[in-house]
Amino acid sequence: MGKEERYQKLRDIIKIYLPEDVSIDQISEESHFTEELNINSAHLVDIVLDVEDAFDITLENDDMDQMQTVKDALRIIDLKTDK
Amino acid sequence: MSSVILENLPYSKPFLFVDELVNVDENGVEGKFTFSKELDFYKGHFIGNPITPGVILTECCAQIGLVCLGIHLIGIEGQEINKPRIGLSSSEMEFLLPVFPGETVIVRSEKLYFRFNKLKCKVKMYNAENKLVCRGTMAGMIKIDTDV
Repeated sequence: MGKEERYQKLRDIIKIYLPEDVSIDQISEESHFTEELNINSAHLVDIVLDVEDAFDITLENDDMDQMQTVKDALRIIDLKTDK
Repeated sequence: MSSVILENLPYSKPFLFVDELVNVDENGVEGKFTFSKELDFYKGHFIGNPITPGVILTECCAQIGLVCLGIHLIGIEGQEINKPRIGLSSSEMEFLLPVFPGETVIVRSEKLYFRFNKLKCKVKMYNAENKLVCRGTMAGMIKIDTDV
């Protein structure tokens, strides 16, 4: 799976949990999940659980703590899928 | 364990909806509550026809099914369980039978998952005749305040 494909897959997961006042177009690699995309902590967990299923990886508490932006998520996914 | 959980519940009257825990383990919890006839909301829900509001049944399910179980799960992770901070994040409930003043209910909750401080459960409430009163799926965030 290429980088662009991973990014699209992640965007498809994130869009499910966006509040109504945030559009899909507002998602970029730099987006901060809670501060810019207004995703609450409970939905951030949902995103992580969906990411685990979609990419067949397991995230730890440390990964969760580091996952602040879309870019962070992609970096963690890259790391885990390379193994 | 169950007395430790009850002692650490962040509620008091008139908003405590747990009397006792019958059973608790890593997969679920079962607890009881009796709706005293004296509870204040019966005066207004409904006028002259007191019935326990669905929102209170939901709260009772959440206090037993999510908060009590959440405290237990945090405890078996080895964390201290004082001052849990909690927030309900979702609930989808279906109500099947009314609960009248003075009734005792049993809430049974089954863990779907507990990860990254989020607990999601399937809950069911039964009346004294063991008939299903309400059921649903609910989730909440629970964590221990470490900065105090």
